[in-house]
Amino acid sequence: MKTTLTSFAPSRRAVLTGMGAGLIAGSAGLVRPVWAQAAPLKLGFQLHATGIGASYGRWYQRTADAALKKINEAGGIGGRPVEIVYEDDGTDPARGAEVVDKLNSQHGCDLIFGTLFSHVVMGSAPRAGELKVPYLVCSEGYHVASGALNRWTLQPGITDVRSQISSMAPWVAGNLGKKVTMFFPDYAFGYDHRDFFTKAIEAQGGQVVAQIAIPPTETSYTRYFAQIPAETEVLYHVMVGPGVLTFVKELGEFYGSGAKPQLFGFIDSLEAVDTATPGLEFLEGSHFWEAHPRVKPADAGAAEGDYRAAVGVDDNGASVADAKDVATYSHMFSAWETLYFIKQAVEASGYAGVADRQKLVEAMEAISDLPYGIERPQGAKVFNGKTHQAFGSQNISKIEGGKLVKVHTTTIDEGKYDDAVDYTTMSF
Amino acid sequence: MSFGPFLLLALMEGLVSAAVLALMASGLSLVFGVMRVVNVAHGAFFMTGAVLAWFVAGHVPGPPVWGWLAALVVVPPMVGLMAAAVDTLVLKRLEYEPEAVIVATIGLLYILEQAALIGFGPDARPVAAPFSLRLQLPWFGYSGYKLFVVAAAGLVLLALWLVMTRTRFGLVMRATQVDRTTARAFGINVDRVYAGTFGLGAALAAVAAVLVVPTTQVHYLMGGDPLLLSFITVIIGGLGSLRGTLVAALIIGLSDGVISMFWAPTLSKIIATLLVALVLVFRPQGLFGAKA
Amino acid sequence: MKAWLFHLVALAGLAVLAAVLPAYHANNLARVLVLAVYATGYNLAFGYTGMLSLGHALFFGAGMFGAALPVTLWGWGGVPVLALGMLAGGVVAGAVGLLALRTKGVSFMIVTLMFAQAGYLTLIWFNAVTGGDQGLVLPGAARRVLGIDLTQDAPRLWLALGIYAVALLLAVALVRSRFGRIMLAMRENEERSRMLGYNPYAVKLKVLVVSGLYAGLAGAAYGLFFGYAGAGFATVQYSILPMLYSLLGGAGTALGPLIGAAAMFWLIDFVSSLTNAYLMLVGVALIVLVLFAPRGILGFVRERWLPWLP
Repeated sequence: MKTTLTSFAPSRRAVLTGMGAGLIAGSAGLVRPVWAQAAPLKLGFQLHATGIGASYGRWYQRTADAALKKINEAGGIGGRPVEIVYEDDGTDPARGAEVVDKLNSQHGCDLIFGTLFSHVVMGSAPRAGELKVPYLVCSEGYHVASGALNRWTLQPGITDVRSQISSMAPWVAGNLGKKVTMFFPDYAFGYDHRDFFTKAIEAQGGQVVAQIAIPPTETSYTRYFAQIPAETEVLYHVMVGPGVLTFVKELGEFYGSGAKPQLFGFIDSLEAVDTATPGLEFLEGSHFWEAHPRVKPADAGAAEGDYRAAVGVDDNGASVADAKDVATYSHMFSAWETLYFIKQAVEASGYAGVADRQKLVEAMEAISDLPYGIERPQGAKVFNGKTHQAFGSQNISKIEGGKLVKVHTTTIDEGKYDDAVDYTTMSF
Repeated sequence: MSFGPFLLLALMEGLVSAAVLALMASGLSLVFGVMRVVNVAHGAFFMTGAVLAWFVAGHVPGPPVWGWLAALVVVPPMVGLMAAAVDTLVLKRLEYEPEAVIVATIGLLYILEQAALIGFGPDARPVAAPFSLRLQLPWFGYSGYKLFVVAAAGLVLLALWLVMTRTRFGLVMRATQVDRTTARAFGINVDRVYAGTFGLGAALAAVAAVLVVPTTQVHYLMGGDPLLLSFITVIIGGLGSLRGTLVAALIIGLSDGVISMFWAPTLSKIIATLLVALVLVFRPQGLFGAKA
Repeated sequence: MKAWLFHLVALAGLAVLAAVLPAYHANNLARVLVLAVYATGYNLAFGYTGMLSLGHALFFGAGMFGAALPVTLWGWGGVPVLALGMLAGGVVAGAVGLLALRTKGVSFMIVTLMFAQAGYLTLIWFNAVTGGDQGLVLPGAARRVLGIDLTQDAPRLWLALGIYAVALLLAVALVRSRFGRIMLAMRENEERSRMLGYNPYAVKLKVLVVSGLYAGLAGAAYGLFFGYAGAGFATVQYSILPMLYSLLGGAGTALGPLIGAAAMFWLIDFVSSLTNAYLMLVGVALIVLVLFAPRGILGFVRERWLPWLP
C-alpha cells in the first residue's frame, strides 16, 4: 500500500496545479498533464535478443514490459513516466560493453538492467563502472557477490547460484542420496555448481563421487554416461543451451527401464522447454530446483495470479497465446523484481537525474527487507547491501504426469553464506 | 562400467557420428571437388534442413513416421533448389573465386541463421523419431533409431556413389571436376553442372539433418559444429575423394568416441582436435588425395 | 612519398575525428582502432602474403590472456603486460606456423582453425586461472600505461590511436620494403619465387610471426583498454572478423583493414538500432559487396584512382 501512495502523490499535486486546465479539458486531462510535465525516467535494458540467450531474452522482454505497464498505470516512478530502451547484445560480452555505452551515452538512460548471461555481465560491468552508471543484473551468477565486479553493479532481483545450490544440498542428502555424480557444462555457470554443491553436500555428510564437465561444443552425451560410477545414488545434472533435450533423451535411452540413480536437476536445463515433450518421459518422478515454480502451486500466494496475468503466462507456465511457448519462468521474474527494486530506490533517494546516480546506488545499498507482494512474485527477499546481492527462498519440484509439482520450499536462511566482499567500502 | 562395454558404447556412438558426418562431408566434398570452392554455408543448409523437417513433420497428421517420411522426401529437394538458386544468382557471378565465395557464403550463413531465428524462434525443438525402439544390452540401453541412422546413411552414400559412377550426370560432374575448360569444349553446360553440384551438396546436408534431428533437436545455431567437423573430414579424406571422405568420417567419428573414454570430456576434445591438425600437417594432401 | 603522405593525412583525419566525435562514437572509435591493429596484422598475412588463416583468434586470445593473467595472478600492469601479450601472440603464431605452414590454401585454413579451436578449449580447460568463458575482469589499478589511465575515455582513445598509427606506419614500411615485395611474390606465385631462390616457408613464417605480434598486441590492448578478458575472444568468430574487415576494406591495402573494421562496426551499430535482424542485413551487405566491389572499398579506390597505394 505504501508504494501506491507515494506514486500517486505527485499526480495529486499535479492535479491541483493543473486544476483550471483540468476543468476545461475534462476527465482525460487529469492524467495527461502529469506525463507531459515530467520527463520520463529512461531505463536501458541489455537484452539477449539474438545469440545463445535468445530464448531467455524474449521472455525477459515480455516480463519487463509487463512490469513497466503496471508501474506506469500506477503513476510511474516518483511521479515520472518510465520508458525502457532495449538494445540487443547478441549474448556476447564484447557487444555487451558496447551496448552499455550505447544505452548510457546515446540513449541517455538513467540506469541499465536486465543482463542474464554471466560472461556478458563480466564483459559489461567494467564499462558500467567507468561510466558510473548503475548496472542491475538479472543473472543469478556468483560474479557480483564474489567481489569480482564494482560498486555500480548490483543483483537485487534474483538469488545467486551459490546460494541456490547450497540450499539444495540438505534436501538432496536427506531425500535422494549422499553419493552424487555431477554433470555440468564446462563453463562458468557449471563451475559454480561444481564448487559450491560439492562443498555443500560434504557439509551434509555426502560426497561427490564424479564430476563430469561437458565442453561447450558437445552435441552428444551418451559416451560420457559410461563414466558414471556404479555407486552413484544421485545424478545431479545442470545443462544449458540447445543440447539439453538431447542430454535427457540420451540419458533415458542409456538407463531405460534398468536400475538408475535418482535424478536431481536444475531447471535451467529445461527453461523454455515443455516438460511433456516427447523424449522427456524419462524425467518422470525426478526432481528439479526451481526458483519460481512454473506450474502454479496449490499454495501460491496472492500475487502469483496477478503476475501471471500481467505477463501473459497461464497456470502451466506457458504463454496464454500459445500453450507450446513455454516461459523461462525460473529466471524472468528477476526482470520484474529488479524494475520494482529500481522504483523503490529511485523514490527513496529522490533521484532526479544522472547527477544523482551515486545517491541512487547508496539508496539501493540501504535497502534490506524486500517483502512478498506483487513487487516480488517469486517470494520475499533479503538484500545484502554490502555484497550487492539479493537472497530468496528456493523450491524443489517433482515431475508428475509430465508436470512440475512443487514439493519443497527452502527458507532464505538456508541459502546464506559469509560475505566475500563489502562493496560499500569501495569508491564510486 | 567395465572396459569392454565402455568400448562398445564408445564405438557405437562413434559409428553414429561417423555416419552423419560422412553424409554432411560428402556434400561438402562434392562442392569442394567439382567447384573448388569452400562453402561456409554448408552448416546453415544443414540447419535449414532441420528447421524445414520440423515444420513439415509438424504439419503431417498421424503417427510420427509419416511426418518424418514426408520430411525426408520433401526437405532435401527444397534445400537443394534453394542452394542451386544461390549458385546461379551469386556464386556464378563471382566466377567461383575462392575468397569471394567464402565471404558470400558467410553472408549467406548470416542470412539463413537470422531467417531461422525470425521464422522458427530461438528455442530448441524436437522432431519425433519415426519409431521408438530401445535396445537393452546387459550393461546399458541404446537407441534403435540411432542404429537405423547408420544404415540409412550407408544407403544414401551408396546411392550417391552409384550416381557418381553409373549415371551420365555423375560422368559429367567428374569430367567438370577434372577439367572445366575441356568439359565446356565438349559441350557440357558447366553452369548447370555447378548449380546441380551445389544443390546436391546442400541436399545431402539436408538429408543428414532429417536423419539426425530425431536424435537431437532443432536449433537455429546447430550448423556450426557439423560444419567444422565436415571441413576436417573432407580435408583429411583428400579433396573431392568420396571414398576418402567416408574413411575419414569413420576415423574421426570413432577416434572421437574412443579418446573420450580415457580423459575428461574437454581434454579429450583438445587431444582429438590436435591429433586431427597434426594428421593434416604431416599429410597435407589428405589420407587419400594425390600429392599436389 | 605520395604513399607516406596519404597515410599521414589519414592519421591526421583520425586525430580530428578523435577530437570531435561525441562520447559514444569516440569510445567506439577506440574499439575500432584496436580491432584495426588486429586486422592490419591479419592483412599482412592474408592480403599481402596470401595466407588464408582462420586461426588468428588464437593469437588474439594469446595476447589477451598473456596480458590478463599476469594482472590477475601477480598484480602486474601497464607496459610490461602489453609487451607480454604482444610477445605471446608472436610466439604462439611462430609455433603454429612451424607446423601449419607445411600446408597451403584450404588445408592451411583448416589446420590453423583446428589449432585455434584447441587453444580455445585449452582456455576452457584451465578455467581455474582463465575464468573460462566467463572470463576475468581486470582491476582498474592494472589498467595504467605510461601514466595514462585507461579507465578514462579520452586517454584510452588517444593511446589506441597512437598504437594504431605505429602499427599502420610499420605495416606500410614493411610492405614497401624489399621484403614486402617478396611477400607479394609469395601471394602471386609461390613456385616462381621459390625458383628465384626464395624460401617460401621461411618468408611466410616471418610474416606470420609479425602478424601474430600485431594480433597479440591488439588482444592485450583490448583486454587492458576495456577491462575484460574472456575465452569468447578466442572463438572462430574472432578469426573471421579480421578477414571480413580486410576483405571489406580491401585486402592487400594498408589502410583497408581500418576502413573495413569501421564500416562493419558502424553498419552493425546502425542497423541494430532499426531491427534485431541486423545479422541478416550484414549478410546481405557482404554478398552485395563481393558481387559489386570484390576488391573491397580501398581496393576499388586503388583500381580506379590511386594505383600507387600500398
